[in-house]
Amino acid sequence: MSLSVQLLWLIPALPLLAAGIGALTPRRGRGLAAGAAIGAMGIAFLLSCGALTTALAHPAAHAAHNFAWFDLGLGALRLGWLLDPLTAFMCVMVTFVGLLIFIFSVGYMHEDANFTRFFCFLSLFAAAMLGLLVANSLLLLFICWELVGLASYLLIGFWFHKPAAAAAAKKAFITTRIGDLGLLLGMLWLYDSTGSLLFYDGGAGVLEPNALGSLVAQTTVGGLAVSTAIGLLIFCGAIGKSGQFPLHVWLPDAMEGPTPVSALIHAATMVAAGVFLIARVYPLMAVDQLLAAPPLHALTVVATIGAITALMGALIGVAQSDIKRILAFSTVSQLGYMMLALGVGSWVAAIFHLLTHAFFKALLFLGAGSVIHAAHHEQDIRQLGGLRGPMRTTFATFAIGTMALTGVPFLFSGFWSKEGILHAAHEWDVSHLPFYAGLAAVVLTAFYMTRLVAETFYGSARSDSASHAHENPSVMTLPLVILAVCAIALGFLGTPVWPWLQARLLGQEEVHGHSLLEGGGLMILSIFLVALGLGVGWAIYGRKLRVSAAAPDPLETALPPVFATLRAKFGFDELYAATVGRLNNAIAVVADLLDRYVWDGAIRFLAVLGEFVGVVSRETDGDALNGGFNATSESLRDGGKAYSRAQTGEAHGYLRVIAIGFVLLVLAVMLGGGR
Amino acid sequence: MNLLPWTIYLSLGGALLVLVAGARSAATARWLALASATAGWVIALLAAQDFNPGPGLQTLVDVPWIPEMGVRYHLAADGISLTLIVLTGLAATAGILFSWNIEERTNEFFALFLTLIGGVYGVFLSSDAFVFFVFYEIAIVPKYFLIANWGSTNREYGAMKLVLYSFAGSALVLAGVIWAYATAGSHSFALGDLASAAVNFSRGQQLGMFALIFLGFAVLAGMFPFHTWAPTGHVAAPTAASMLLAGVVMKLGAYGCLRVAMPLFPVGLAYWQPFIAWLAIIGIIYAGLIALVQDDFKFVIGYSSVSHMGFVLLGLAAANAQAVSGAVLQMFSHGVIAGLLFAVVGRMVYERTHTRKLADLRRMPLHKLMPFAALTFVLAGLASMGMPGFSGFPAELTILIGTWKVSPLWATFAAAGVLVAAAFTLRVIQVSFFGTTEGLRAVSHEVHHAGHDGPGDHSHFVPITWPERTGALLLIAATVYVGLKPDVLLNLIGPALQSPLFQAALKGGTP
Amino acid sequence: MNLDPLHLCLIFSSALFCIGLIGTLARSNTILVLLGIELMLNAANLNFIAFWRYGPSPVPATGVLFVLFSIAVAAAEAAVGLALVIAIYRHQKNVRLQEANHLKG
Repeated sequence: MSLSVQLLWLIPALPLLAAGIGALTPRRGRGLAAGAAIGAMGIAFLLSCGALTTALAHPAAHAAHNFAWFDLGLGALRLGWLLDPLTAFMCVMVTFVGLLIFIFSVGYMHEDANFTRFFCFLSLFAAAMLGLLVANSLLLLFICWELVGLASYLLIGFWFHKPAAAAAAKKAFITTRIGDLGLLLGMLWLYDSTGSLLFYDGGAGVLEPNALGSLVAQTTVGGLAVSTAIGLLIFCGAIGKSGQFPLHVWLPDAMEGPTPVSALIHAATMVAAGVFLIARVYPLMAVDQLLAAPPLHALTVVATIGAITALMGALIGVAQSDIKRILAFSTVSQLGYMMLALGVGSWVAAIFHLLTHAFFKALLFLGAGSVIHAAHHEQDIRQLGGLRGPMRTTFATFAIGTMALTGVPFLFSGFWSKEGILHAAHEWDVSHLPFYAGLAAVVLTAFYMTRLVAETFYGSARSDSASHAHENPSVMTLPLVILAVCAIALGFLGTPVWPWLQARLLGQEEVHGHSLLEGGGLMILSIFLVALGLGVGWAIYGRKLRVSAAAPDPLETALPPVFATLRAKFGFDELYAATVGRLNNAIAVVADLLDRYVWDGAIRFLAVLGEFVGVVSRETDGDALNGGFNATSESLRDGGKAYSRAQTGEAHGYLRVIAIGFVLLVLAVMLGGGR
Repeated sequence: MNLLPWTIYLSLGGALLVLVAGARSAATARWLALASATAGWVIALLAAQDFNPGPGLQTLVDVPWIPEMGVRYHLAADGISLTLIVLTGLAATAGILFSWNIEERTNEFFALFLTLIGGVYGVFLSSDAFVFFVFYEIAIVPKYFLIANWGSTNREYGAMKLVLYSFAGSALVLAGVIWAYATAGSHSFALGDLASAAVNFSRGQQLGMFALIFLGFAVLAGMFPFHTWAPTGHVAAPTAASMLLAGVVMKLGAYGCLRVAMPLFPVGLAYWQPFIAWLAIIGIIYAGLIALVQDDFKFVIGYSSVSHMGFVLLGLAAANAQAVSGAVLQMFSHGVIAGLLFAVVGRMVYERTHTRKLADLRRMPLHKLMPFAALTFVLAGLASMGMPGFSGFPAELTILIGTWKVSPLWATFAAAGVLVAAAFTLRVIQVSFFGTTEGLRAVSHEVHHAGHDGPGDHSHFVPITWPERTGALLLIAATVYVGLKPDVLLNLIGPALQSPLFQAALKGGTP
Repeated sequence: MNLDPLHLCLIFSSALFCIGLIGTLARSNTILVLLGIELMLNAANLNFIAFWRYGPSPVPATGVLFVLFSIAVAAAEAAVGLALVIAIYRHQKNVRLQEANHLKG
């Protein structure tokens, strides 16, 4: 079975259809919504497998299908699908992990009143994520990127009646959008410089030599090559989405969402989108390596950020006590690893780690979800304990996931993918600091995972909810088992002896392996470090198990200030709240006052002034101009009043007047002599 | 196409008919108003369907009106006016649907409403500066009565401020137009004649006339710092009037800038460009930040309108084909989205809860009590923050692409405005509709004890009525359709910008 | 004192007039006031006749015609006056002229 690139849109379209069905299904239609979502995801998985066979037939080809979206006058903005091994592997991973998590969710969410809405959002997320993977245009990728962020927002805030969840959702959306701003600007710049946003377009795409050559030839502020500047702006998007330092603060808070969401979005897929993005535009990121002496290589920044994040995430993970937050910081740290690999020039190592990490971290999160579900939503590892007995399947699979994450040698996939990254970092000729950061993170990862497992599964139950825990139904354990199998098996696709996956990603038809003995020293060192981390962890937490929830952490008693700092996550949240948050708020308040009192005040002042002039004119009019007229009419009125007083209505009075008048008349005639 | 002038006549005639025939029964008035608005919209849609895009205005009517002054009743349309006429029809229809519950002097309300609409159609169609101005004034006057009679909070103040600003703006415009007319001496108000005469104006005259006319129109488009009429006016206005105010009337200003100021005085445009752009950018961010700290639901939306209109002005100021077509697209998009937001806030929420204070709304679990309104508002909010899939995204993207060509710095700041928009939209969504459920418990508790007429009983809000549903669905459909296929409008707008008049402006006055 | 008929008539009519005038001014009964007015009017009529009959140029019938007209007009006037009196009576249940002062200004 194979799937041509023209039909690639079916892969994101099916979950989108399922999301539509879920949105229109009434609350009662639980079976329909879940069935549609799982069915769509299953078919999308089969289609992805088909796409993978197509892609593997010609691994070096970048099959693209482009079409115009809308016309801008100068040239149409074009979108398209892209099929190459990178897309295909990612699609298979996302659909497969997604399918298992969907199935797990049926069990995990079955008591929730908004079950149908949950599956609607999950399907929406899957559609956007798959769209992001198949996009052949930075614009389409950006569109899906935003939709992925939206779905993440909706799912983190799924239990929005918890204030913490609502706040976390908002924080996640805004923080990633800060990064997206960089991505948007990078995209604008790229479009302005090349006139296209298509990755591959038969020689005219932005990742093809023509465009890259012109981008690297131009310089901009500070002597940076334009390609470097654009690459760094695009990397901003990856920093936000993949929870890299300094925008990592949203990812731990995002654990307020339901656990399957954490597994799907905040461990396996969405947070890896940043890594995928950099891998996708890797030719653009790497093209400035050709320059003789640029002020800065884009990839150096990537490596630096990755190394800082890897170390910082692992350090903070040591001191957390919420089972999901420990895993979240572990995710931050592992994503830092992947960025480090990208930065040091081995994007295939990054993608290999991304794929293996997706499986074992999804496994760990679902295992944590299983624990949380069984323990009546108790997430604090100090309250748990002793779950090894009642939850055997969960424990076994969780242990496998832990070993894969820590890199227990040879059998587990995480070992092989982490080896690849360490080797690449070791060979990087710019600096060895990322390599040492990676080694330190190996020890720390082993340490905190041992702590997590020891506190959660060993010892005795330290709370009622933990003591009543029992194994979950098979709809939840079956995905765990399948993921555990994958967490082991996947590693053998990319061992140094037979690096099939890496070769296919690089577009090579043949696989050139080499003996494990080459670079064996490094491998032995890393095995030793893993053993050290596990050993120390077990020595501190395993040999003397925690007896009560209130007991202090052994590390806390030994090194109180260090532990407090790590527990406070280096105070990034507080720092941002005190600086960016407060500044933003202050500006907003000032602007509001400005609007209310200054701009509006000016207008009101003008209005008052106008009114004042009006009053003054009215007074003048009243006294000077109207005065004479008023006096005249007043006297007329008084005269009228006086006359009307004579009209007494007394007929005798009238007659008397007539008589007097008559007498006067007679007298006048007599005295006047009748003339 | 030739039916287009009938949009004006139908609206004005409909206003008269509603006034007379609707005096007895409110229902008659409503249905008559709905019929004439819908008819106008249908005419607009048919015209857009038949329209043969080409550069330049296509004359519809041209007869002498006041021969002594050379005024001609000259109506003409191009793709830009068609886009906005379609928007006007849509906003008018939706506005009437959302005013279905007006019981007090219904016939007068709808008569004024239709008069306003008729004036707006007239502005978008006129191609003679004098006729333009006449219709512009026809559109301004009914606003005052709509707000002062049917408005809410502080309505006399809001109405008076709005009208004073509008008249101050139109006084500037009138002064500028008369100056140009007198200087040109060609005894004609036709835009084309004025433009060809303006080529010979001195630089100083061009700068002065452009400043007068652009500023006069930009006041109505809500340009910082002349925007303060917009939030208070929107807040004071009845729902349908806020919808029209934000949806259409603010576009009149932007349209005036685009249709009169820019093509007539390209030299002036080139000079003032950076000032306008920076004012627009300040407006985008400044209004967004203010929206972040408002505690009145409607003020948030009012300021978001100012912020979005900043994008329109920025697109106009960038003055190239991409940015300007993006600005026109943004006019359409914002008209629809702002209409939707005001409909939810003013009609669906306020008419039922009788409060707009976010602090009060936070305590009502509105998503449970009116799920349809919550869904509508979430969709409108997403559209407003420029989420892909809604019309705001292609519009803002196009503006940013065009602006980047002129100045990457402008584009950077404007893009930061999108971030602010996301922040205040999410805040208001969460606070207004998705408050804590503690409120719900308290409410059901009260209902349980106080019986069904007790205080604080929110559980029997009037259900969302069919006109509200229809109006909301119309607007959502419009924003999604344009969001997915911006081509339908851009194919109208693009060719219109190819006309020689616009080409001179877009090249910065250097022919 | 040598009294010719003209003087006798004038003295008589003056007396009649004065009686009428006093009646008009002094009585409060509206009907009597009207009677007084009729007396004064007839005193005037008497003068007309007297001057015609004993005057310098006794042109046939001039004074008689005046008087006839005057009597006709007086009759009409008396009819109107009595009608008013009846109206006043209906209104205030008496005919006292002092009380009929509703038209005062």
